[in-house]
Amino acid sequence: MQGRALLELADAIASDAVRVIDLSFTLSPDFPVIVLPPEFGQAAPVRIQEISRYDARGPAWYWNNVTFGEHTGTHFDAPIHWFTGKDLANNAVDTMPAKDMIAPACVIDCSAQAAQDPDFVLTVPIVEAWEARHGRIPSRHWVLLRTDWSKKGWRDYSNLRDDGAHTPGPNPAVMRWLVEERGIIGFGTETIGTDAGQAGHFEPPYPAHHFLHGAGRYGLQCLCNLDQLPATGAIIVASPLKIKNGSGSPLRVIALVSST
Amino acid sequence: MIDPIEPPRRKNPLLRTRLPTAPPRARSRTSHGFTRAAAEGRFMLQRCQGCGTFTYPAREACPSCLSSALAFVDAPARGLLLAETTARVPSDVYFRERAPWRVGLVKMDCGPTIVAHLHADCIEGAAVRMSFQLDKSGQAVAFARPEGETPDMADDRQWREMTADPKFRRVLVTNGRSAIGREAALALKAAGTKMVFVGIAEPWRPFAGEELLRRQDGIELVTLDAADEKSVGDLAADIGGKVDILVNTTEYVRPGGLLDRKGTSIARDEIDQAYLGFINLAQAFGPIMRMRGADGINNSVAWVNILSVHALANWPAFGAYSASQAACLSLSHCLRAELRPGGIKLMNVFTGPVDTEWFQTVPQPKVAPRAVAQAVVAGLRDGLEEMYVGDVAEEIRQRLAANPKALERELDR
Repeated sequence: MQGRALLELADAIASDAVRVIDLSFTLSPDFPVIVLPPEFGQAAPVRIQEISRYDARGPAWYWNNVTFGEHTGTHFDAPIHWFTGKDLANNAVDTMPAKDMIAPACVIDCSAQAAQDPDFVLTVPIVEAWEARHGRIPSRHWVLLRTDWSKKGWRDYSNLRDDGAHTPGPNPAVMRWLVEERGIIGFGTETIGTDAGQAGHFEPPYPAHHFLHGAGRYGLQCLCNLDQLPATGAIIVASPLKIKNGSGSPLRVIALVSST
Repeated sequence: MIDPIEPPRRKNPLLRTRLPTAPPRARSRTSHGFTRAAAEGRFMLQRCQGCGTFTYPAREACPSCLSSALAFVDAPARGLLLAETTARVPSDVYFRERAPWRVGLVKMDCGPTIVAHLHADCIEGAAVRMSFQLDKSGQAVAFARPEGETPDMADDRQWREMTADPKFRRVLVTNGRSAIGREAALALKAAGTKMVFVGIAEPWRPFAGEELLRRQDGIELVTLDAADEKSVGDLAADIGGKVDILVNTTEYVRPGGLLDRKGTSIARDEIDQAYLGFINLAQAFGPIMRMRGADGINNSVAWVNILSVHALANWPAFGAYSASQAACLSLSHCLRAELRPGGIKLMNVFTGPVDTEWFQTVPQPKVAPRAVAQAVVAGLRDGLEEMYVGDVAEEIRQRLAANPKALERELDR
C-alpha cells in the first residue's frame, strides 16, 4: 500500500467522503450492567467521583476518578475472558495484536425479527440468506448483529424477567460456523453481551463466548448506531484499554463508512 | 384540648426561611445519664445505692445520706403537676421564637420534684407521665404529658419540638428495593406523611413489591443509587428542599469474613454501598436539611440509619459486613454532630439478622422487615436516637454493656 492512500483516507474523513460513526454508548453509572446471581462476583458499575471542579479542591481544573468493571458499557471481550481461551497466546487486551483492532465488518440486520421476538436467535440459514444477498463473509471480518436493541429504554434493554434476561443473540451452531467456516475476527451485538439473554440454557452455554474466545476471537457488545452501517464495507476501529492481563475493557468503538 | 395541626400550606417564597436556633446546651457530664435515657426512650433517674433515694437533677452525692454511690436506674415515670407557668417573653432566642412556652413543677411519685416542659393538656393537680426527651440541642430535658391519651396528643406544639413525628412531613426512603425499604415506605405513609419518596437504584432492574409501591398515592419512586455521587446529587437538586426525614435503608449484606473470601471486591461493594453511599447522601441532603431545621410545621427533623447491631460487636460469620456497619456507625456520630446546628435528630435503628434471603440459613430469632419499619415510625414519634429492634439486638446491647470480651468470644462460633 502506498503512503498516499493513508493521506487520502485522512482527506476523505476531513471532507466527509468517509464518515466516522460512533458505535459507543456514553460510559455512565446509569447504563445497565450484566446481572449475575447475587452470590457470584459482580461487575462493578461505573462510578465517577469528582476530584475537583474549579473549586477549593483544585481551582483551575476539573477532573474525576473513574472506576468500572472491565465489562461495563460498550466493551470489548478478549479471549482470556472465557475458560475456552484461557491458555491461548496473547489472549488479553494488553497482549492482543494491535492490528486486530482495525477490521472490516459485515452487518446482519435482524431488527425486524428482534422486534417480534426478544428471544430471537441468529442461525446459520439466516446468515446464509444474508450471504446470498451480500456475498460470502470474508475471513478476519467482524460480524455485527443489528437488532436495534440499543434504541430501547434501559428496562426493555436489559429485559429481565423472573427467568432471566430475554435479549437476542446467536445460537451455538452459527457461532461455531462463523468462527470455523468463515474465520471471523469477532462478533458484535447491541445487547448487554455477545450471547442471547437465555444463552445459559444453550448447549454449550454462552456459545458466542465459548466459540469466539476458544478460537482467539473477540467480542463487542453494547454497540449502538449499527443502523447507520452498510451491510458490508464499514471498517471498525476497536482498541481496548491496555489493561495488564485484562479480560476486556470499555472502549470507544468507531466505524469508518464511505459516503458514496 | 389542643387543636390538631393543619396540613402545611405551601411556603410564601417572599419570606425568608426561619433559621434554626437552639435551646441552652450546657450540661454537666453526670447529667448525660439523662441524655442516654432520652436517646433510648427510657425514664431514668439517679438513685442512691445506699439509702435508695431517687434524686433530680443530676448530683454527685445523695442529698439524703451524702453517699456518692448514685446510679442511673429506670424509675417510675408517674408524677403530679404541682404548678405550671407560661413564659410569654423569654429572653432566650429559641424560646422567644416559640413563646408562649409552658413549664411546670412535677412532684414525682418516687420522690424528686422536676421542672419540666409541659404538654398543653397537662392540668395542675393532675397526674402526668414524665419522660426525658432530646431537645433541639440534642440534650435531655424533662417533659410531662398527661397520664392518659388525649385527642391529637402528638400534635402538641411543644411535644413536636422534641420529636420527629412523620405526620405531614416528607420522607425520603433511600432504598426501596429491600424489604425493609418497602415496609418503611408503607409504614411511613400510614403514619400520615405528606409524601414518601422511595429511592430505586438501577430502575431497569425489576424488584419485588414494585407494583405495590407504584400504585400507592403519597409514595413516589425516584431514581437513586446512593453509591453514585451524581445520582444522589441529582436527586438532592430535585427534592433536597422537600426532605424532612431521611431514612437510610441502604442494605448490602454478604456473608463471610476475611479468610474464606478471596480478594477485596465484595468488601469494596459493601463499602461502596453502605459507607460511601452514606457519605454521598449526607453531603447531598445534610446541608439543606440542617438549614431547614425550623422551617414550619414540616421542618426538617430527622435522619434515620438502619444498622446491623453487629456494628457494635463483630459477628465473624458476617465479619466484613459487620465492619462496614461499624464504619457507618462511626460516621453516624459525625453526622449527628454536624446536623446538630439544625436541630436535626439522627436515629440509629440497630437490628439483629433480618428475615431476608441473606440471613436465610441463620436460625431464628430474626427480625421481620415490618418490625423494623414500625420501629422507625415509633422512634420518630418518640424522638429517639438509639433503637434496638428484636431479641438479638437487645441481647447484644445488654451483653456488650455487661462484658464486651465475653460477647466477642461468644460471637466467635
